[in-house]
Amino acid sequence: MFAIPLLLGITFISFMVIHLAPGDPVEIISGEGIPIDLKPLQDFYKLYGLDQPLHVQYWNWLKRIVRLDFGQSFAPHGRPVIHMIRERLPVTLALNVIEMLIMVALSVPVGVTSATRQYSTFDKSTTVFVFVGFATPDFWLAVMLQILLGVHLGWLPISGLRLPVWEYLPFWQQQWDFLSHLILPITVATFGGLAGYSRYMRQSMLEVIRQDYVQSARAKGLPESVVIGKHALRNAMLPIVTVLGLSVPGLIGGSVIIETIFALPGMGQLMVQAVFERDYPVIMGNLVIVASLTLFANLVADLSYGLIDPRIRVGRRGRA
Amino acid sequence: MRWRVPRRAVAAVALCAMAATGCSHGADSAMDSVVPSASAAPAYGDTFIDSLLGNISSLIPTITSDNASHEVGSQIYSGLVTFDKDLKPVGDLAESWEFSKDCRDLTFRLRPGVKWHDGQPFTADDVVFTWQTIIDPRVPSPYKSEYGLVESVRADGPDVVRVHYSQPFAKALTNWATAMLPKHLLERYVREGRIREAPQNWSAPVGTGPYRFKELRSGEKVVLVSNPDYWEGRPYISRIVYRIIPSQATTFLELKAKGVDAMLLTALQYQRQTSYPAFRQAYQRFRHPGNAYTYVGFNLKDPRFADRRVRQAFAYAIDKRQVMEGVRLGLAREATGPYKPGTWVYTDKVKTYPYDMDKARRLLAEAGWTRNSDGLLVKDGRPFSFEVLTNQGNDERKKIAEIVQAQLRELGVTVEIRPLEWAALLKEYIKKRKFEAIVLGWGIGIDPDQYVVWHSSQTGPDQLNHISYANPEVDRLLEAGRTSCVQSERVKSYHQLQEVLADDLPLVFLYFADALPVVASRIHGVDPGPNGVRWQSFKWFVPRPLQRYTAG
Repeated sequence: MFAIPLLLGITFISFMVIHLAPGDPVEIISGEGIPIDLKPLQDFYKLYGLDQPLHVQYWNWLKRIVRLDFGQSFAPHGRPVIHMIRERLPVTLALNVIEMLIMVALSVPVGVTSATRQYSTFDKSTTVFVFVGFATPDFWLAVMLQILLGVHLGWLPISGLRLPVWEYLPFWQQQWDFLSHLILPITVATFGGLAGYSRYMRQSMLEVIRQDYVQSARAKGLPESVVIGKHALRNAMLPIVTVLGLSVPGLIGGSVIIETIFALPGMGQLMVQAVFERDYPVIMGNLVIVASLTLFANLVADLSYGLIDPRIRVGRRGRA
Repeated sequence: MRWRVPRRAVAAVALCAMAATGCSHGADSAMDSVVPSASAAPAYGDTFIDSLLGNISSLIPTITSDNASHEVGSQIYSGLVTFDKDLKPVGDLAESWEFSKDCRDLTFRLRPGVKWHDGQPFTADDVVFTWQTIIDPRVPSPYKSEYGLVESVRADGPDVVRVHYSQPFAKALTNWATAMLPKHLLERYVREGRIREAPQNWSAPVGTGPYRFKELRSGEKVVLVSNPDYWEGRPYISRIVYRIIPSQATTFLELKAKGVDAMLLTALQYQRQTSYPAFRQAYQRFRHPGNAYTYVGFNLKDPRFADRRVRQAFAYAIDKRQVMEGVRLGLAREATGPYKPGTWVYTDKVKTYPYDMDKARRLLAEAGWTRNSDGLLVKDGRPFSFEVLTNQGNDERKKIAEIVQAQLRELGVTVEIRPLEWAALLKEYIKKRKFEAIVLGWGIGIDPDQYVVWHSSQTGPDQLNHISYANPEVDRLLEAGRTSCVQSERVKSYHQLQEVLADDLPLVFLYFADALPVVASRIHGVDPGPNGVRWQSFKWFVPRPLQRYTAG
């Protein structure tokens, strides 16, 4: 319930910021350096309801949104915003879920290992790797990989979601084609994130293994694998879950850079184009969905603390 | 038939990757060694894979203003007239046309037997309907003003259309190159003010053009297939796929890897990155002056710039050759005025401003500007300094501003550069006339009428005479040029207009950038000219042995 005023606040502020930004959809139609007479375009302001005062526009928008009506795009195709989002969402979602799974699957063991063997060669080399990862801009890495693997070696497709003539491939080639188009973007997207997550994991693990209860677990004579894998890991995962929860908006919002460089028709691309065209309904639709999902993800993260750390669960029950 | 992937190419690259040396151009060796030869016989088939930088915004060209939509639309739809290699109007859906003596009546005779993609006949009623649609206030068309002088459009039987103008209008003919719309499908939507909701706007456009719509995947691709009933005959290339690739750098990599068959190169790509032999074999490169010029403009309401001598001094001080070399790597034509060199309206018999610092200094001195002890130019105790605005993200314009800054510094003029986001620049500065100088460009249409840019009546906030230029002589010539339908009379007006503009110099004309298209070599029949390379692309073909995409 607490989420509703928060969501209202978010939409109100975004609505105002977007509408107050210079430029509007009608001016965008006039294009860059194309001599078009702007006078007849005044009709458009009325058509889009842009002639009303801002608070009236917001109220109208709000009235529609509670009925889950996201409105229509201002672009000449005038399509319902919800359709536009629906066709873009699967790409972004698939991309980011795969990316996140790979990231967790790699960063947790890497982080744990570097924590338990602090200052070992493995730890030092992952530290180097991590800093390289942090320092590498993903747009640069993307282009380098495109040139090497796409242009020079010809092993992987450079961009897009599938071959332009995908429909004519046999079934299994279709699947492979789809997969091979995802390899580069996922690699690039994972590379930067991996660095961060494995650091979080290492840090949090280092803190936990210094705790007394880890010592007592060892004193009980439990094997090291159980001490680390069961007792320490659970607690060390807490911060990671928080961070993961926070990255959900990215799951839905998509990555502007990755989607632009790799020409992937996802949410990030949709949002950028909408911003450039000042397509307010599309921008707002995107924002509402991303904001609600963020709030929802925070809720899920809060709840999952309880799953991982029984103390939180018990503590709340005790207070209640 | 199965989809055939050129395996040979892949093998060649893999081998090269294993060898230790000589692999920096591994991809080059993979390109087909194809040299276009005139002897190859035309054949049906193959797919042309084109690239678009942006998503298309609608499939009814009447209501769109972006390049991507018009590019796709031009294959699906056709107009009454079109333009030949030299940009001369020729009949398309109209077989012939005739102007009355006073230029106010225009009669089109339509080509018989033309059919819409759904098989319905194209008639004069469709032409009337198209006009009614454009001027309908509920139809968001940016082209309404082009038809402001049309008094009536009447169908006289199925094959004759009579257009009546309230006064002679030179653009009358070229405006009818606009896409014709199918009345039988769209009438209901237009009548109800819902044209954007018509299926023809997104999922099922119906035109009379060489290609039919097959599929659109937002943000991914648009697929067209050849129209077997096209009135000029079925196009040879059976399919066009437009891939939507928002990054020009990515498009270029795709081009090198043969993922796309055509794109527009940047000057840098043309000069430095595509000259190696393998690229030259795989692609045909073209170069022709583009349809836009770049300029340095001044706010003529500012008394400093209102003085013609100051503008002329700046024109002498800005070395256009250096600008073209530095910004376009030489791939541009010097602009002597607002018309493209090589077109019927262009004249080079105008005053020019070759780089000459002495002349610049003399003109400024005449205008009352003197150098003080710090080397700064001053008048009435105030130094000459101003701000140049340009739009962010346009690297060429930023470089121009920097060159201008350096060259005017030699005169003792201080120039600050301020790049701004396009929408903000337009709304907060250009429209409100809150600028001192700008580096921007103007696109020019096929018709030489530039009334909206130069006429003194066009200086209102929403109008395009941003620099507030007012010259009665120019006004008169613009009016004369746009109210005649006789080309020889118009040429006279426009030649004079260029002379006056070159002398009065409302802005410093810099250059027309060259358009630099490339098309895959396997595609034959590309015929470049002032109209670019894309005109009549329905006559392109790929000889049978060179066909690459043979599925479907």
